[in-house]
Amino acid sequence: MNFEKHFNKFSWEEVKESIYSKTSSDVEIALRKKGKRTLEDFKALISPAASDYLEEMAQLSHNITQKRFGKTLQMYIPLYLSNECQNICTYCGFSFDNKIARRTLTNEEILKEVAEIKKLGFDHVLLVTGEANKTVGVEYLKNAIKLIRPYFSNISIEVQPLEQNEYAELITLGLYSVLVYQETYHRENYSLHHTKGKKSNFSYRIETPERLGNAGVHKIGVGILIGLEDWRTDSFFTAMHLDYLEKKFWQTKYSISFPRLRPAEGVELPKNFMSDKELAQLICAYRIFDEEVELSLSTRESPSFRDNIIKLGITSVSAGSKTNPGGYAVAPESLEQFEINDDRSPMEIASMIRTKGYEAVWKDWDRTYQIEKENTL
Amino acid sequence: MGKLKIADKIFSSRLFTGTGKFGSSAMMEKALLASGSELVTVALKRVDINNDNDDILKHLSHSQFNLLPNTSGVRNAKEAVFAAQMAREALETNWLKLEIHPDPKYLLPDPIETLKAAEELVKLGFVVLPYCNADAVLCKRLEESGCAAVMPLGSPIGSNNGLQTKAMLEIIIEQSNIPVVVDAGIGAPSHAAEAMEMGADAVLVNTAIAVANDPVQMGIAFKLAVEAGRMAYEAKLGGRKKIAEASSPLTAFLD
Repeated sequence: MNFEKHFNKFSWEEVKESIYSKTSSDVEIALRKKGKRTLEDFKALISPAASDYLEEMAQLSHNITQKRFGKTLQMYIPLYLSNECQNICTYCGFSFDNKIARRTLTNEEILKEVAEIKKLGFDHVLLVTGEANKTVGVEYLKNAIKLIRPYFSNISIEVQPLEQNEYAELITLGLYSVLVYQETYHRENYSLHHTKGKKSNFSYRIETPERLGNAGVHKIGVGILIGLEDWRTDSFFTAMHLDYLEKKFWQTKYSISFPRLRPAEGVELPKNFMSDKELAQLICAYRIFDEEVELSLSTRESPSFRDNIIKLGITSVSAGSKTNPGGYAVAPESLEQFEINDDRSPMEIASMIRTKGYEAVWKDWDRTYQIEKENTL
Repeated sequence: MGKLKIADKIFSSRLFTGTGKFGSSAMMEKALLASGSELVTVALKRVDINNDNDDILKHLSHSQFNLLPNTSGVRNAKEAVFAAQMAREALETNWLKLEIHPDPKYLLPDPIETLKAAEELVKLGFVVLPYCNADAVLCKRLEESGCAAVMPLGSPIGSNNGLQTKAMLEIIIEQSNIPVVVDAGIGAPSHAAEAMEMGADAVLVNTAIAVANDPVQMGIAFKLAVEAGRMAYEAKLGGRKKIAEASSPLTAFLD
């Protein structure tokens, strides 16, 4: 069975209704439970009823995370390769109908950016593009991964969804993980947010993690864009998707991000606002539901929020990010995908992490693990 | 207290330790020094072998410590053999903690791939200490393949759940001709002492020390627990009974 079939068994409205009708006793059952929490428990933990239990959730989340991941935080940085995009998405600064200067980095420019990023200390990098298959298709990505491979231990991508065989090819070149966010699991409204381009195909996008699992990628990142639709319902579907993937692709690691819509050029403000308190609740709920999923926090969030939330379940953070292609060295002034909220340098972030009693981890993978090996066995 | 010999090395301390999860490398160094540990395992993926000034390795450069590189992160025998060769070259030791856990959820070791890799690595001249499930037959097979010790788990890595596999560990210890190191799940000094009292040759502890509020004190606590457990084992514990019993109810009539 593929995921969409499983997904179709759920009704958005019923799930929403069920989350909002959870009571404090449902929350207490979820919190006091020994062993694995179910998706019903997760609903209780993200419900309005759980907001009174935030401190208890935070302590539990903190303890579980520390036992599993230790007192460490993985550092990563995005490298935007291109802002060309054929999609029209209502929330994105790179949207096709947005009249901005477009740029796709050349080899020489990529290496300049890499040199700057390496100076900042990073060893794990996330390559980001829009969706422009003619100029930034699989061939471009293959070339980019080959080019940067010698400089990083761990390479991830956040690009347009690809075919299974294309992912498999990128993996042999050294790709470690792929992040692909559904943005929203609300099928009808998905098309209101994604009006034109390949991304408007809901089914193709929702099956992408399945293709990734089949391709054998080491880690799959899932998530939604918070602000498009009701975050509780969308987060339930994220957890449900994670649960499905973990059981099917049991050798794969998973990560979740929870980006909140940020202001960007030509973008409407979100109709579904999420408060800091609610984001903290969601992060703790994910951790209590799933002890080993990686939880990643970007520079979309403010310094004060980031400083305090990292102890509540987060396992990886970006720092010093630029969300415009060429932002580190080539063209620092060009237009961003979204506005950064925390513009402290990676060194400042690392030192903040230290003051919290944690270690900033720069390297936690080795490219030798992925070098194409001769048949020794 | 008897010393422990594995391959060509003699250890005074029977507490092996891990290096992950500490709040800083400086804290790791202090805690491991205090624990008296002489064998510390390091994940190849965490060290930068091209950097002479690598933060983890720098803090482990004490004569007290022997490095035990591990292959954490690999998913099959082929990857493990390759990683092992890189580790040997980079860290200049042929000792290896073989870890193949393709399941990122519970990090349970793959017995089939582990045995395959162990056979290959022994041929390549490694001193292999495989992390494995508490499976007595598998442990014998690993012994026959030439491993220097076996490292069966007490419970899943990082779970702090203690010796959930106790009944199987007892069989492994009884049958083994090579040292048995109980690895994984040891969450408290009492668990470590229990393993040593049972006759384990050593234990490996990481999470419980690294994640403690005071890792240095916890390192010392484990050192003492391991010593106490070993001494008790060597001193021969009395058998345990659930109820008080007359000394010889069936044969008293012969007196």
